[in-house]
Amino acid sequence: MDVVYAIPIIGVLFQFIGYVIEVTPGIAPIVVGLAAPIALGSLCGIMNERSGIVNIGIEGMMLSGAFAGFLAAGLFHQAFGGEGWGPLGITPALLVGLLAAVATAMVLSALHAWLSITVAADQIISGVIINVAALGLTGYLNRLLISPNPRLGAGTFSSFRLPQEISDFPVVGWVLEMFVEQGPIAMSVILLVVLLQILLFRSRWGLRTRAVGEHPRAADTVGINVIRLRYRNVIVGGIFAGLAGAYLTLEGTGSFQNNMTAGRGFIALAAVIFGRWTPIGAWGAALLFAFSGAFGQAVRIRPPGDAYPDLGTIMSAIPSQVYGALPYIVTIVILAGVVGRSLAPAAVGRPYQKEGKTA
Amino acid sequence: MTDTESQTPRTPSLEMRGVTKRYPGVLANDAIDLEVKPGEIHALLGENGAGKSTLMNILYGLAEPDEGEILMDGQPVTIHSPADAIARGISMVHQHFMLVPVLSVAENILLGDEPMANPIFLDRRAAHARIRELGTNFGFDVDPDAKVGSLSVGWQQRVEILKALYRNASILVLDEPTAVLTPQETREIFAVLRQLSSELGTSVIFISHKLYEVLDIADRITVIRRGKVVGERIPAETNEDELAQLMVGREVQLTANRGESKPTDVMLVADGVRVADDRGREVVHGVSFEVRAGEIFGIAGVAGNGQDELVEALTGLRKTMAGRVTLAGRDISAATPRDLHEQGVAFVPADRHRFGLILTMPITDNIVLTDYHVPPYSRGIVRNDDAIRARAQECVTEFDIRTPSVSVNAGTLSGGNQQKVVVARELDRDLKLLVLDQPTRGLDVGSIEFIHARTIESRNADTAVLLISAELDEVLELSDRIGVMYRGELVAVVDARGADKEDIGLLMATGGRISPEATKVMSAELEQVS
Amino acid sequence: MAENPVSRSRPTLIRRIGQLVIVPAAAVVGGFVVGGVIILISSLANGGLDFGLPFSAYGSLFQGAFGSLRGILFTIVSAAPLVLGGMAVGLGFKAGLFNIGAQGQFLMGALGAAAIGAYVAGAPGIVAIPAAIGAGALFGAAWGFIPGALKAWTGAHEVVTTIMLNFIAGALIGYLITGPLEAPGFSFSRTGPLGNAELPILFGTSIHLGVFIAFLLIPVVWWILWRSTLGFEIRTVGANPDAARYAGMHPAAITILTMSLCGLLAGLAGAGQILGISHFMNASYGSSIGFDSISVALLGRAHPVGIMLAALLFGALRAGSGLMQIQAGIPVEIIDVIQAMVLLFLAADVMLRRLLRVRGPSIEPDELATVSKTYGSGTI
Repeated sequence: MDVVYAIPIIGVLFQFIGYVIEVTPGIAPIVVGLAAPIALGSLCGIMNERSGIVNIGIEGMMLSGAFAGFLAAGLFHQAFGGEGWGPLGITPALLVGLLAAVATAMVLSALHAWLSITVAADQIISGVIINVAALGLTGYLNRLLISPNPRLGAGTFSSFRLPQEISDFPVVGWVLEMFVEQGPIAMSVILLVVLLQILLFRSRWGLRTRAVGEHPRAADTVGINVIRLRYRNVIVGGIFAGLAGAYLTLEGTGSFQNNMTAGRGFIALAAVIFGRWTPIGAWGAALLFAFSGAFGQAVRIRPPGDAYPDLGTIMSAIPSQVYGALPYIVTIVILAGVVGRSLAPAAVGRPYQKEGKTA
Repeated sequence: MTDTESQTPRTPSLEMRGVTKRYPGVLANDAIDLEVKPGEIHALLGENGAGKSTLMNILYGLAEPDEGEILMDGQPVTIHSPADAIARGISMVHQHFMLVPVLSVAENILLGDEPMANPIFLDRRAAHARIRELGTNFGFDVDPDAKVGSLSVGWQQRVEILKALYRNASILVLDEPTAVLTPQETREIFAVLRQLSSELGTSVIFISHKLYEVLDIADRITVIRRGKVVGERIPAETNEDELAQLMVGREVQLTANRGESKPTDVMLVADGVRVADDRGREVVHGVSFEVRAGEIFGIAGVAGNGQDELVEALTGLRKTMAGRVTLAGRDISAATPRDLHEQGVAFVPADRHRFGLILTMPITDNIVLTDYHVPPYSRGIVRNDDAIRARAQECVTEFDIRTPSVSVNAGTLSGGNQQKVVVARELDRDLKLLVLDQPTRGLDVGSIEFIHARTIESRNADTAVLLISAELDEVLELSDRIGVMYRGELVAVVDARGADKEDIGLLMATGGRISPEATKVMSAELEQVS
Repeated sequence: MAENPVSRSRPTLIRRIGQLVIVPAAAVVGGFVVGGVIILISSLANGGLDFGLPFSAYGSLFQGAFGSLRGILFTIVSAAPLVLGGMAVGLGFKAGLFNIGAQGQFLMGALGAAAIGAYVAGAPGIVAIPAAIGAGALFGAAWGFIPGALKAWTGAHEVVTTIMLNFIAGALIGYLITGPLEAPGFSFSRTGPLGNAELPILFGTSIHLGVFIAFLLIPVVWWILWRSTLGFEIRTVGANPDAARYAGMHPAAITILTMSLCGLLAGLAGAGQILGISHFMNASYGSSIGFDSISVALLGRAHPVGIMLAALLFGALRAGSGLMQIQAGIPVEIIDVIQAMVLLFLAADVMLRRLLRVRGPSIEPDELATVSKTYGSGTI
């Protein structure tokens, strides 16, 4: 008897798959854009965790970067103006903002590194502090500096536009379109992902990093400076978090809202775990999370039509808030399904003490 | 071989003068003088906690001395980090391997000194070639791409030695290298060391607490006790008793007096037990044995042959996949640790920091760790702190646990005293079965004697005792019957009275797959080479 | 290997309290100092450096919090939910769990109280009030149960799952209050009037029943943690889950139970806010309480008494910030900044202790010990 009930469910499942396939090319560029900050955040997470440091402060670093970038770009633009140059709409103000975002995130990363490595405080607590500090400071400064100046802003980087002939190409067209019709930051993501993947597994830096994350004492005994390597990796990781923040205010939207990161920093952590601490895996996970976020938009723009009757009725019954919460729900489902089977770098979360406490 | 021979720089002489090192509350090294001549095999003998590892950590740059200096070829040198030590030709093989399990053999060996194809990328081919070359020179045929985590302990140690050879070590320090080896593997390592010393002129510093090994391999022996050098001897001019006395400072009973056992009823029966490890692979393949009340059954075996999983299954910490376990006739295959505790089973775990104690809680809480939920320590949900404190005080007195008070955290105690807390908790009641897993690992001689004595007492009080140990001497000393575990199977069970150490060692190493005659031939060949 | 000698055998009570309190106290002072510097710097935005600004700002702050009876009562009322929230986070610490989900659990508790409270508004108070409070506790406990169960059964780390649940709670509330729970006859989406489910005011004009419940729970939670077998089990699982199994405990069950208790406490905080103060809930209901609870727990070192003191401090900050904004023109968000700076100093306590040369029991074990060691392992 149960089999009979399964048939409509299977039917709906097929409709769902078909709908997804139909809708994806349309929202693909949006998905890649939405995935950018998550992917960049996860690259920051990988730099940290592969070295053995837990960093849940990525959210705070992103937020601070977003704010600092916006403020710097806006002030610069206010003072010096400047016109967009080239197909990506680059202005000096936006570049200044980008630098400010990255620098801010690197400073916060240095703080996290100091707390985690030198002070050997609990690393999760250090991350929480950075999040609290970022939220508080950006909220405070927003109220103080930006709210009185509603017209402050330097605009955004523009997205590259492919010539119509290329984007019309059958399959290759929309794939190319989705990666290339982005602003500069989002476009750089795939390059950074590939670069980090290669370096992590084929270079000397990558080997030493992985060793330090798995067994820092072993690395120490062959002469590797564990402390310095960790400091450097954590601070460089800040660059990615800063880029993620810059995307939010200088490429995605042209404004700053309180707490605009909305949990992306934590979703990035889930992406790291889901991607098994590899850049390419994390990027794939980021695309998945971004897709779940864009899905709500897709349903609104192109609701399942007559081709998917049952699906349509189900979907219209789902409240809109569910679509908004979809990335968070997907994150939990992924974490619950995946974590038990994957292993983090073995030494992650434990401060490294040089002189062995005596046996 | 000849190539490297002519290119190897002359090994320097090594001297450590007046080295002193203080840790909070402990004087680990007290004005130690050590001299190692070029090309000699020098043993550093002392019991656990004497300060030998600290001294070598200083030599290797992992610790800074408070006073004293290090001289090579008569010139003072400063060693602030392992990088400095390596640059001076000093290499160290640690007691707990410094290998990254998820990386390959090649990656572990060349970590820190990687051959580069260009400033960024590794030159894997050059690395592989060099490793294979080193391997064949010394008779290790190791696959450079194998993941180190998948290798046996003996092979992992070979990788550690290759690490040193790769860096052209002229002074090689080995910290308790034979702790995890069978007698045969020990002989093989000794052959390698002799080869290094005679052919390459490498100096070897050999840290150990095993008297007969030290007498076998060393050219000279320095004995350390409580951080001070108490004597220097040449093996030909001394013996085990004298060394033991120097090591401990008093007369030591080298073997506990076991006496006769009077086994009565069968208490523990394991029948066809199969257990899986954390990854789901079966690591105990149908083990069957029995233990009677009033006898000590010792299972010998190199670490990693399934003993941990077997013990965890027997004590309720792990599920058995198949098979039956009974205690006094009652099925306990699925019993929880609490069930077993209530039925009179005591367990002294191998990893006392992980299973046996809560280091951040006071001794009081640790003493009642398994009884906190029953009267008089609690009534229902309410704890009775006075009763707990009283019991802890009793245990401290009776078991001679050295501590300023029962309220200090267990983590502040020494290893021996920590183990005494575990033992006090477990032994102080009527027991049907006592399970001991590596009970004296890392302990000083006094604590070892104490625990051995209590074990024999328990046996004489009609408890069935199951002892698991990688220290073959301990098994031989205490057990009435001996079993050998190899690759998850119990490959032999013999009466201790007729047991031959060599035979048992062979079983531990090979599981009976290679005939004794073949092994004798191999040993003879090794002797000839060295 | 000799044991570490203890420097003095029986420190006086004063000295022991001093050792426990000095680092958080120093952290608070440090936080205020840095906050003052930031206020000073931000005075640049309004013309030149105004050195008097930090002092006048803090003056208004303390006046708002303590300067009048009304202020003091307001401080206490603001502290009450922080007491509960702080214990919600602190109890988690004791079990080795990082409960950042106090925010979501608080919201769900508020939702439960608002919804059920509206439902039983007509019933006699003796029925309505316990029902509404109970609903808040239950909803909160459920929101704590979920990450607890996920951690115990799948190994999913609660740091991420609780934060996700915070957002999901927000979305859920948005949906329910604009949908099934929307009360008719109002110009905006909100839950219905509470009627008899409102908490009576027991003192002054604002101290409602919920405040008493909050402070009464402090000794209760203390007793559970330190005098009961359950508390021993919670602390053992937090210190060493393997040894807990060896001792016959069930770490998975303890984890789930503890997270549910945490959720219950945070849910009570939410219920108190709705039933005692605002008397309804709108679709975009928000509060800083979940956020502040983490700081309270850390500053109070996860001990109920410490949490009470920290909650009073933060309650005072929140209570006085309104006056500070009006009188000195400093945005209330500065409180978040001060909070963050206090936490920063707290985390650096090792450095602080060296500076202040405080000897004595290491702060390292207990609540601030490496909770992060469970991060990647996925095992209980």
